[in-house]
Amino acid sequence: MNARISHLFGAVVVALVALIAMTTYWQVWARGSLEARQSNVRLVYRDLEIERGAIISADGIVLADSEPGRLDGRDVFLRRYPEQGLAAQLVGYSSLLAGRAGLERSLDPELTGSTSDLAGVRNSFDRMRGDTVRGDDVVLRLVAAAQQTAMDRLREAGRAGSVVVLDPSNGGVLVMASTPTFDPNEGLVEALDAPGSPLLNRATQGLYPPGSTFKVVTAASALDNGVVEVSTEFPAGDCIETGGQELCNFNGKDPGEHDFGYALVHSVNTTLATVGIELGDERLEATMAGFGFFKRIPWDYPADQNLASGIYNRRGNQVRPGANVDEARLAIGQERLLATPLQMALVAAAVANGGQLVQPQAVQEVRAPDGSVTRRPQAVFLGRAMTTETAGELRLLMRQVVDEGTGATAAVEGLDVAGKTGTAETGEEGLNDAWFIGFAPASAPRYAIAVLVERTAGTGGDVAAPIAADVLRTLSGS
Amino acid sequence: MAGHARDDAVNALLRLPARNRELALIALALLITTAGFAAVQIARAEALSWSPLIAAALFAAAYLAAHVALRLYLPDADPYVLPITAVLAAIGLIEIHRIDPDLARDQGLWIALGLGLFVAVAVAFRDIRRLESLRYTCGALAVALLLVTIVVGTEVNGARLWIRAAGLQIQPGEFAKILLVVFLAGYLRERREVLAAPARRVLGVGIPALRHALPLLILAGAALVLLVAMNDLGSSLLLFVIALAMVYVATGRLLYVGTGLGLFALGGLAALQIAPQVQTRIDGWLDPWPDEQDSAYQIAQSIYTIADGGVTGAGFGRGLILNDAGGTIIPFAQTDFIYSVIANEMGLVGASAVILLYLLLAWRGFRIATQADDGFSKLLASGLAVAVAFQAFVIVGGVVRLLPLTGLTLPFVSYGGSSVTANFAIAALLLCISQRANRERG
Repeated sequence: MNARISHLFGAVVVALVALIAMTTYWQVWARGSLEARQSNVRLVYRDLEIERGAIISADGIVLADSEPGRLDGRDVFLRRYPEQGLAAQLVGYSSLLAGRAGLERSLDPELTGSTSDLAGVRNSFDRMRGDTVRGDDVVLRLVAAAQQTAMDRLREAGRAGSVVVLDPSNGGVLVMASTPTFDPNEGLVEALDAPGSPLLNRATQGLYPPGSTFKVVTAASALDNGVVEVSTEFPAGDCIETGGQELCNFNGKDPGEHDFGYALVHSVNTTLATVGIELGDERLEATMAGFGFFKRIPWDYPADQNLASGIYNRRGNQVRPGANVDEARLAIGQERLLATPLQMALVAAAVANGGQLVQPQAVQEVRAPDGSVTRRPQAVFLGRAMTTETAGELRLLMRQVVDEGTGATAAVEGLDVAGKTGTAETGEEGLNDAWFIGFAPASAPRYAIAVLVERTAGTGGDVAAPIAADVLRTLSGS
Repeated sequence: MAGHARDDAVNALLRLPARNRELALIALALLITTAGFAAVQIARAEALSWSPLIAAALFAAAYLAAHVALRLYLPDADPYVLPITAVLAAIGLIEIHRIDPDLARDQGLWIALGLGLFVAVAVAFRDIRRLESLRYTCGALAVALLLVTIVVGTEVNGARLWIRAAGLQIQPGEFAKILLVVFLAGYLRERREVLAAPARRVLGVGIPALRHALPLLILAGAALVLLVAMNDLGSSLLLFVIALAMVYVATGRLLYVGTGLGLFALGGLAALQIAPQVQTRIDGWLDPWPDEQDSAYQIAQSIYTIADGGVTGAGFGRGLILNDAGGTIIPFAQTDFIYSVIANEMGLVGASAVILLYLLLAWRGFRIATQADDGFSKLLASGLAVAVAFQAFVIVGGVVRLLPLTGLTLPFVSYGGSSVTANFAIAALLLCISQRANRERG
């Protein structure tokens, strides 16, 4: 029996040595690739050991910071959002349960001090020594007071919506509001599948028919291409025939004989559509590209949380420029043209800026833990959307829209507001997407704004323009 | 010079009579225990408390008491078995303390209870032949325990392995395993000749008479029934392999082993059709990554935890084991996945050391078997050694993804009263056999 007992022992030796071999495989051979797996929850836990930098508004309100806590005997830092839903989609979140989104994701290297420059290298030494790594603080261009006004007014409107305000001179994002919102401290898990998609940043991910606000782009194209002048005369009439269908003015109104300027100020569909046909889709789409349409807008926000504005087919895919479109309907912001509020704010900013398209910028400056400024972004211009002359003419016309046209409700005492309203039919009876885009002060613009209210019974002038007025009033302090 | 001095020290240790050697090794194990508790305490940087010190002191007292009992009742028994269990139990106790000090208090109590049972068994069966006469009682008791589990058992983590009695959860399978080994040792010694050299031959292959083989066939069938009824691949595989190993030692006939493994494979395939739990475990074993957030969560987290330890490990109390809710990142870390925690905090070095301790323990067990001079003792010692070593293989194989995951405990290390006490009973039985063999050899 002893020989057989030895055989048995041999089998046990083989089995147990196989365990050591397998353990070695995981701990030596496969270790690196396992550590790199995104689904490895240990990565997220490890990041909690970094004191993530704060996110602060331009007017000094702390939007996100870190507070010390304990996890499995380690000192960790847990993320806190003191203003809850104030700018939840823009700021985003960094969460054990839901991962990262928004600026928390795109600014992660600076917030965790893991940039590839000298400071980042120094931090990785700290980490190896076991010292606490402190990330950089980020100061945004966001003005919390105006953001609050925007959120309050959107909530009062009782509909989902968005407000974007840019500084035309440098692209600074002064307001980026989106409703409904969520509380990143507590409500993240519920928000993941809550009705109304509160996690969606409607400013950058919401695609809406721009309606009459798009006439600014059509007018810029027509004036730039010499198709019309402001004084070009157009005949009277309530409807025209195009593409085998009737295209009529809002409420079937006949404006009488008028010039092109009057047509823009009073949003005459028939005239803008006629101009669109004359312009042709090629020239109009070239102007749109100059305004930033057809591509994701490049700025310091995660690319996949930014949708491109453009022409979409029924399946929700973007139609390439040059495809067969109905120019007449495109010219008045229909024909399945969809735009984000951020894109329409850029249109307003380009007019305000003498025709230059500016890149949006969320960050005012990045500060190291010792208070020194490590990055202060410069204004970036993405090109020219129209000539300076055209921009000057549009500025005067948009000024008239607020003075005597459809945008009168956007007027603010002591602040010259210029703008354009839009009321896009949603396809549902009696429900429109209401728009206002504009800038102020008209003579030397400091704010370019876009307001959108989803699925409302009112028009752009009724619903969106008053919200713009309130936000601009808070911003200008008047 | 230093080398000579060391050699002299080793020689001096080896020249000591067996029990002195045992005492020296236990002292070493206690040193490891104290250092481990201190390391956890320092690493966790929590308020210093007396409880780990008290636990270490109790642990030491229990082991010293067991040692004294051996001096009195089994003076010639193998001196390595008890110290090996001490190191294993200490590593388990330290990691359990690190996971949850309250669990460590229970585990400390069970180790003390286990050592109490160890002494009781050592005293009761210091003449191991007394056990041989109880072989049928043991067999009947084993079957009864398993039947009771199937009938009144409660399911934990999908497997029906537990019964609740008087506020305690007991895992009868752990004790049934020992009783079964005793029965098989007695039965196989009795029928060894007729099974090894059967009178009848069919196609040149010896087939034993049905009346000799029937109990073994019943046993094989019962193990397969258990597999389905308890919904647990691990326990039935363990019982089956122990039985086959003992049949092999008794008869030397690979035909029986091959037939047995074939039957088990067939039964396993049948179980796959009936028991969804087994199918899930097999899928998670073949490829855990598509389901790592749900059905393969445990095995995926186990692998991440092991890999994270690297060669040298994070250190006692310094690994990342608990989640933000205070639970363990791997569910059941203190029982099924204690090896993953050890691999994380002690690294490849420590995890290999633990495996080598099982190898040492198996080696002592088989050595005791070869030195014993009666068939019953040889079979019993072989069976017990296989029981401990194969159980370690199945559970560790599961958490390192060498085998499908099963719900067995790691002997002496995992949290659990039934497991700890039953394994101490195994250690005591091995020492009883060793005592008889060593005394007769002089």
